[in-house]
Amino acid sequence: MKNTSTTGSGNLIANLQKAEALRVHSIETFGTHDGPGIRLVIFVQGCQFHCLYCANPDTISIDGGTLMSLDQIVAKAKKQKPFFGKNGGVTISGGEPLLQRAMLKELFNKLHKEGIHTTLDTNGKVIDKQTKDLLETTDLVMLDIKHINNDWHHKITRLSNVNTLKFAEYRESTGKPMWLRYVLVPGYSDQEEYLHQLGDHFKNYKSIEKIEILPYHKLGVHKWEALGWKYELEHVESPEITSLKKVSDILQQYFRRVEVG
Amino acid sequence: MKSQTAETKDLIEKKLLNLPLIDVKAFVEKNVIPYYGDDSFLEGPTQRTTTLWQICLEAMLEERYKGGCLAIDTETISSITSHKPGYINKDLELIVGLQTDELLKRAMKPFGGIRVVEGAVAERGLEVAEEVKNVFKHTSDHNNGVFSAYDDEIKQYRSLGILTGLPDNYARGRIIGDYRRLALYGADELIRAKKNDLKAVNGVLNEHKIRLREEITSQIKALKDMIVLGNSYGLELNRPATSAKEAIQWLYMAYLAAVKEQDGAAMSLGNVSNFIDIYIEKDLEKGLITESEAQELVDQFVMKLRMVRHLRPGAYDEIFGGDPTWVTEAIGGQFNDGRTKVTKTSFRFLQTLYNLGASPEPNLTVLWSKDLPEGFKKFCGKVSIDTSSIQYENDDLMRKTRGSDDYGIACCVSYQELGKRIQFFGARTNLPKTLLMALNEGREEISGKKVLQDISVLEGEYLEYEAVMENFKKSMSQIAEVYSRAMNIIHYMHDRHYYEKAQMALIDSDPGIDMAYGAAGISIIADSLSAIKYAKVKPVRNEDGLTVDFIVEGDYPKFGNDNDKVDEIAAYITKFFSEELAKHACYKNARPTLSLLTITSNVMYGKKTGTTPDGRKEGEAFAPGANPMHGRDTDGAVAALSSVAKLDYRDALDGISNTFSIIPKSLGSSREDQIENLSRLLDGYFELGAHHLNVNVLDRDTLMDAYKNPENYPQLTIRVSGYAVNFTRLSKAHQLEVITRTFHESL
Ligand code: SF4
Repeated sequence: MKNTSTTGSGNLIANLQKAEALRVHSIETFGTHDGPGIRLVIFVQGCQFHCLYCANPDTISIDGGTLMSLDQIVAKAKKQKPFFGKNGGVTISGGEPLLQRAMLKELFNKLHKEGIHTTLDTNGKVIDKQTKDLLETTDLVMLDIKHINNDWHHKITRLSNVNTLKFAEYRESTGKPMWLRYVLVPGYSDQEEYLHQLGDHFKNYKSIEKIEILPYHKLGVHKWEALGWKYELEHVESPEITSLKKVSDILQQYFRRVEVG
Repeated sequence: MKSQTAETKDLIEKKLLNLPLIDVKAFVEKNVIPYYGDDSFLEGPTQRTTTLWQICLEAMLEERYKGGCLAIDTETISSITSHKPGYINKDLELIVGLQTDELLKRAMKPFGGIRVVEGAVAERGLEVAEEVKNVFKHTSDHNNGVFSAYDDEIKQYRSLGILTGLPDNYARGRIIGDYRRLALYGADELIRAKKNDLKAVNGVLNEHKIRLREEITSQIKALKDMIVLGNSYGLELNRPATSAKEAIQWLYMAYLAAVKEQDGAAMSLGNVSNFIDIYIEKDLEKGLITESEAQELVDQFVMKLRMVRHLRPGAYDEIFGGDPTWVTEAIGGQFNDGRTKVTKTSFRFLQTLYNLGASPEPNLTVLWSKDLPEGFKKFCGKVSIDTSSIQYENDDLMRKTRGSDDYGIACCVSYQELGKRIQFFGARTNLPKTLLMALNEGREEISGKKVLQDISVLEGEYLEYEAVMENFKKSMSQIAEVYSRAMNIIHYMHDRHYYEKAQMALIDSDPGIDMAYGAAGISIIADSLSAIKYAKVKPVRNEDGLTVDFIVEGDYPKFGNDNDKVDEIAAYITKFFSEELAKHACYKNARPTLSLLTITSNVMYGKKTGTTPDGRKEGEAFAPGANPMHGRDTDGAVAALSSVAKLDYRDALDGISNTFSIIPKSLGSSREDQIENLSRLLDGYFELGAHHLNVNVLDRDTLMDAYKNPENYPQLTIRVSGYAVNFTRLSKAHQLEVITRTFHESL
């Protein structure tokens, strides 16, 4: 609830971008779900959205986390290279990485110099020159589409999806690969008509290699409690296998590959 | 005395040069057919195998129902020729031979210690026959011998749990006979070679040579006994094997002779699969057998290995979780000439885990090299994910460091060149207890008894790193000295009272020896010293001045997060202790080595060790082997593995064990990804120079359910510090420990 309006956090973000460092929430050295192969996943701090189901609400505030210098991160990645094989690499996730996009561009450049594959897991909320620069050095984008309908998008994230769709459009124009991720929340993002609308919107995109359906879960609820925030989806349960199957069938009409994560 | 022994050895080696060459390694290198394909050629079990295995399963069920022991022959001292032939079902068996005349009936091998045998028999409500007891009125056993030579200090170390699990009242095991020799040469030729060896030990006889003459003579006797054993099953073991079936049968008979004579804690098989493959390929080529029949032979062989039993007391079962036999078979790896050692029979061995179901035995160990064929790597990943029954060891590292590419894994994780070197097993010392003595002026932290000398009082409110280190090093030095004394006594006595003549008959006369010392609790040491160095640690002492707790102020780097600050402490202590041990001369001029391994006794060590400065409370389990303490690694599996990889194998040549448990989903979302990621994880870990990894791919939920409803999981296998165990046979405390241990559950 605090510090989530984009205007209020402008200064802080500017500050963040001055240091040769990223504000990091946590890291996972054996990431196997955030891009191809084994990945070093850096979860950065801060997000503009405030998704009802956010599994890591402690990453939302831009105040938390610890500063990690770019060189530290590169050193870590280099050390981990033997594990990457042909496919693995580094993924920046969050929180929302785009809040630190200028710095990320530096980081990705450095990683590329070491021959390390880069992935950006983002909500696509910011699409400006700096984002476009960052996308140049991003080997793979994993774009989270929260909802195709703007009203529902508001309901879920408190903000609009216009930029996210623009972001997708831009990535498509660069011809570089992108995966979509879609959190399936019963009663919120499983409406058949919108799933068709989602498919229809992206059906001609050539850059999309696959869409991953991420079934909603409640594993992060205790973190909301710890923050003293009210969790509004207490009544919502994880989707049934049958409903997952149905959603997957619908999306298969539009996407080359549909996976359930 | 040292130089004299070395001299004698040279002399003997020179004379041996003129002898007919026993060289299995050359035979394998020349004839093996490496396989680069995938698992699609494999066959399921035959009807015969399935029916036979069903009989075994039922017998094992009954065994469990009877408290873990089906029957005991209380009348006979087991030897190579002690029992009449036994069968599971004669008509269905392709590979024959049991340790006694009945399936799962256990035999007494009392020369390790008659008292332990008497105890084990009494626990089952039986009694050892008078005749057998009488034997020990006139002769000594290993246990007796050791205790007649032990001094008070060793006894104190032992009773306070500073040195634990020493093989001073049971058989030391660990020696791997080169069982292939019997198949390749036949017993007659091996006897001839041994007789020549015996002749070569001549001239002025010193103690070493006299002992050697006695040993070789007993080996010849063992080879003759093997012929008798074979005859009782209608086999002509005196001549070489001529078919796949015979090769497996001969090899098994050699192993059977060993496990009839000895009940060593661990009796590995070696590296037999690619040897067997040569015979199978020949028979397949000649059209004598089909793939299904080839698999059937391997299945039936493995079935026999699963039926090996030793008579153990209940306490032993509790520590080790069931009664492991550690029939460790090394699979895969590379030749030093760059070819792969992977053959189709490497696959066939792993396939037994599907054909017969998962099982802790034989202890299947994949020798992992970055150069292994991709098809084999994939199959290993698949088998690991499906069965959790394999462990992995770094073949590139071991070949580079140790030299030979013809080696097996002794017990859990230890390299042993086949037919050329042996090991003297020595359990381990409790390092956290050592540290606590360093903090308590040399007194044991629980009893308060004075153990170590010249350990200064640590003044001041907070522990001071330099002062603690000085005391700790002093403590390790003193312990190394006592440890070495105990080991020399133990192995002298074992040779004297319970010599492994059957296994030694299949090894070069006068082989090289590694003295296998061990240490437990390295991650506790690393974290404790890191806390003292990087945070502030205030000891809380009771009225006797003994530490009972520690207050840690501030944070500090913990082992398992790829943080050099603490990882270097772990590496340094390992090196230091290893060097201290190396300062002491060993019996038979053995070369000292060290392992960081706990097997399953990490729970038991924990129970007997007071609160440590890292925040671990009195009684809490140690992490197994060299694992980070659970819950302290925060950055995921790669960071945890990277920390362990920093322990230098050269400082712990006996092995550095690490156990990795993960839920399938955390390995990747699709099965394909899971298999691929597991391969890359092993590639990465071993490229960092790590030595060993147990891989468990299991759901925490599955384990919880097995904890609650053991009857539903008779074959659930998990890997713990160097070997596999049947989960439901672990004690409840141990089951819980496994469940709470770090599961890598990234989401
Ligand atoms: S975009 Fe992601 S990090 Fe941000 S609130 Fe939504 S779920 Fe949480």
